[in-house]
Amino acid sequence: MRNKRPRSEAVARTCFWPIRLTSKLPDTMVHFTTEEKAAVASLWAKVNVEVVGSESLARLLIVYPWTQRLFDSFGNLYSESAIMGNPKVKAHGRKVLNSFGNAIKHMDDLKGTFTDLSELHCDKLHVDPENFRTFPSYVLSSFYSQLLGNMILIVLATHFSKEFTPQMQAAWQKLTNAVANALAHKYH
Amino acid sequence: MLTAEEKSSVTALFGKVKVDEVGGEALGRLLVVYPWTQRFFEHFGDLSTADAVMGNPQVKAHGKKVLESFSEGLKHLDDLKGAFAKLSELHCDKLHVDPENFRLLGNVLVVVLARRFGGEFTPELQASFQKVVTGVANALAHRYH
Repeated sequence: MRNKRPRSEAVARTCFWPIRLTSKLPDTMVHFTTEEKAAVASLWAKVNVEVVGSESLARLLIVYPWTQRLFDSFGNLYSESAIMGNPKVKAHGRKVLNSFGNAIKHMDDLKGTFTDLSELHCDKLHVDPENFRTFPSYVLSSFYSQLLGNMILIVLATHFSKEFTPQMQAAWQKLTNAVANALAHKYH
Repeated sequence: MLTAEEKSSVTALFGKVKVDEVGGEALGRLLVVYPWTQRFFEHFGDLSTADAVMGNPQVKAHGKKVLESFSEGLKHLDDLKGAFAKLSELHCDKLHVDPENFRLLGNVLVVVLARRFGGEFTPELQASFQKVVTGVANALAHRYH
């Protein structure tokens, strides 16, 4: 099920049709209400970071197979079950979700919290010698982060059918979008 | 777009969907999670709180209509553009809806299915449904000019 790499950046960009690449958003601080913070924290307390993290990343790689190119070093990603069982996917998923846990403690200063991670994701250029082109990392940060954020929401929905009310969904959507923005901040 | 296995797994899961409930929930959640979408439904009355939205009878009725249309689309997975041509013209010429909102509603529907089916909504099913909702959104946007 592994997709072939797109031969040109133009083709690669056409793969991004599920969600429109958002233009740069104004650099305003995202404000979370007391209710939103409480909702996020109450669900977070029940989250198994290992389970939700690994499943979110696995779903990203399965539902949007072109994202697998970001994880070439992860070994076997050749089937859904291989991805779900891949130990590097699990480890990285857990790492990503722990990072979310940190975000939840600092919902009023996500940009500050994610400065280092933003530099890591944004400043590293990915050069593909096979195709002699460069994928700017800002594409990786904002867009893929939004997709991964949406995967986290879906995993939360599957695990917490009662708690995942519309208000809860709204709060978490706001959080995942804000984290995606914070990660891309170095390019704003 | 979809393999035969994907089509049958999508149809099988969708067969278990309570169309009148899931439609209302998806539309309601769209209006709550992405509040700017409420501008298309100002004539629906009280949308002032999440509870008001989710309980609003017009939201439920319209949600049911939308999902019935979606169900009908599932019978034409090989020609979604043809199946949704009239609706595409309606949404462009009469309703002036930004096509981005179709993608948002599609994603909300995936979340609602995930919530209702839990572990049964496997990554493979999610991948198949994502292709379907994207196809429907594209079909609805196809007649825009």
